[in-house]
Amino acid sequence: MKIKSMPEAIAEYVHDGDTIAIEGFTAFICFSAAHEIIRQRRRDLTLCRMTPDLIYDQMVAAGCARKLVFSYLGNPGVGSLHCIRRAVEKGIPHALEIEEYSHFGMVSRYMAGASHLPFFPLQSYTGTDLDTANPKIQYVESPYGNGQIAVVPPLNPDVAIIHAQRSDELGNTQLWGLVGMQKEVAFGSEHVIVVVEEIVDESVIRSDPNRTLIPHITVDAVVHQPKGTHPSYVQGYYDRDNRFYLEWDKISRSEEETKAWLDEWVYGVENWEGYLEKLAAKEPEIWKRLAPGEALSQPVNYGVYG
Amino acid sequence: MVFVGVGMPNIACNLARHTVAPHLELVYESGVFGAKPARLPLSIGDPTLISGATSVCSMSDLFMNYLQGGRIEVAFLGAAQIDRYGNINTTVIGDYDNPKVRLPGSGGACEIATHAQKTFIIGRLKKRTFVEELDFRTSAGHLNSSPKTRESQGMPGGGPEVVVTDKAIFRFDTESGEMTLTSLHPGVTLKEVQAEVGWPLKVASDLKTTSPPTSDEIRIIREELDPDGMYTSK
Repeated sequence: MKIKSMPEAIAEYVHDGDTIAIEGFTAFICFSAAHEIIRQRRRDLTLCRMTPDLIYDQMVAAGCARKLVFSYLGNPGVGSLHCIRRAVEKGIPHALEIEEYSHFGMVSRYMAGASHLPFFPLQSYTGTDLDTANPKIQYVESPYGNGQIAVVPPLNPDVAIIHAQRSDELGNTQLWGLVGMQKEVAFGSEHVIVVVEEIVDESVIRSDPNRTLIPHITVDAVVHQPKGTHPSYVQGYYDRDNRFYLEWDKISRSEEETKAWLDEWVYGVENWEGYLEKLAAKEPEIWKRLAPGEALSQPVNYGVYG
Repeated sequence: MVFVGVGMPNIACNLARHTVAPHLELVYESGVFGAKPARLPLSIGDPTLISGATSVCSMSDLFMNYLQGGRIEVAFLGAAQIDRYGNINTTVIGDYDNPKVRLPGSGGACEIATHAQKTFIIGRLKKRTFVEELDFRTSAGHLNSSPKTRESQGMPGGGPEVVVTDKAIFRFDTESGEMTLTSLHPGVTLKEVQAEVGWPLKVASDLKTTSPPTSDEIRIIREELDPDGMYTSK
């Protein structure tokens, strides 16, 4: 049985010292998993994400991380990630090692990781200081006589956590909207926890196989966690809570306010349901505000053969 | 076929779509081709970019086929620091290992600067931005010399074409690759511009005055694209 509660899934698969990737590029960011990792007080994690976003800002502030592997360190559309900046600039709460790429570099690392290649070539980094800052960015001579090409090593996390709209009980996962690199991350990771808004019957998945991004063979655990990405969003289910992204910009500037926020909203609740209750108490109309309305796709005919 | 970011580039591209380039294809690095945003996107991953778009793809598809495949004609870049050859720093102020200010880093900028047929740099004219020497080179412009250097280093894109600021417009000399002041906004003096640039500025022999936006363009920006003045009222 793959269906687990979030606390069970985190306890079973995320261990101190692990390399983890909670992916989803500016969408589907699984804050419910991050909060549970913080509550279970995991330490010395290597956190991988193209955009560390608020999710890793909170985990770094909570002292979960030893190292960050990333390509864009910002609060998207808002500004800085102040907790990560405090760790990098001042070593607060402790020093944070960084391993930095560009987006294409991270994309290529995930591609190599998923397909078990020793490295992945990409035409980038020429004329920049990124390859000096990160010695894992190397160059090889093309065997076909057309010069040098940059290469990056595979990225194979111990655990990947991917949020999506729906899966069946086996973990066959359908996702629409920004697909990012979630498929490659799932194929490239030792263990995969899929977190979904809805668990559906296998027949729903089989009615639209083109929409299945992650097959069950890669999945270890399925967590049913509706609204599990707030303040991020799930396409067609709820919008990004941009007010919180702006609010975090203020909270996270102060070490004390950040601690107080973590105490209240993460340590101060038992689980994600507790967090959602607090949210609704603070703003009863929140899900009405974030409701996306309806824009249905046209059905397609797969046909009946045999 | 233009690679868009949030903020000013987004407003610029959507203004162009409403006026001079109705068939402009907007591409976002999050994996969206042919976006038709119904509201001002709050980030490059805003869900409004997806609903009604022509195609949504994985990021490997976006970076390998669209960008590295040479399909992007124009891309916008911002800069924390820019030098006279249009090289850009968005990584760090101070020493990399012991930074004074840790900035966001490359994102897709490094490879966008490599592959886009042209890049447009957009930002405010400030002395701390227009510097003699970068603290870190995140994205390559014309390196340290003529645009041909990029070609000899195997960089397919043409590099920076223009720098648009709140005070003036600059282009790059086709021989030397150096940023050259080509147009002053109405009411701005050469002295004011030089005061915000950290090197002796090259000035075009036919220095022009920028044409002001039309009332229609201003109306579209203020009423349709940025009604809350999030990006254009500062």
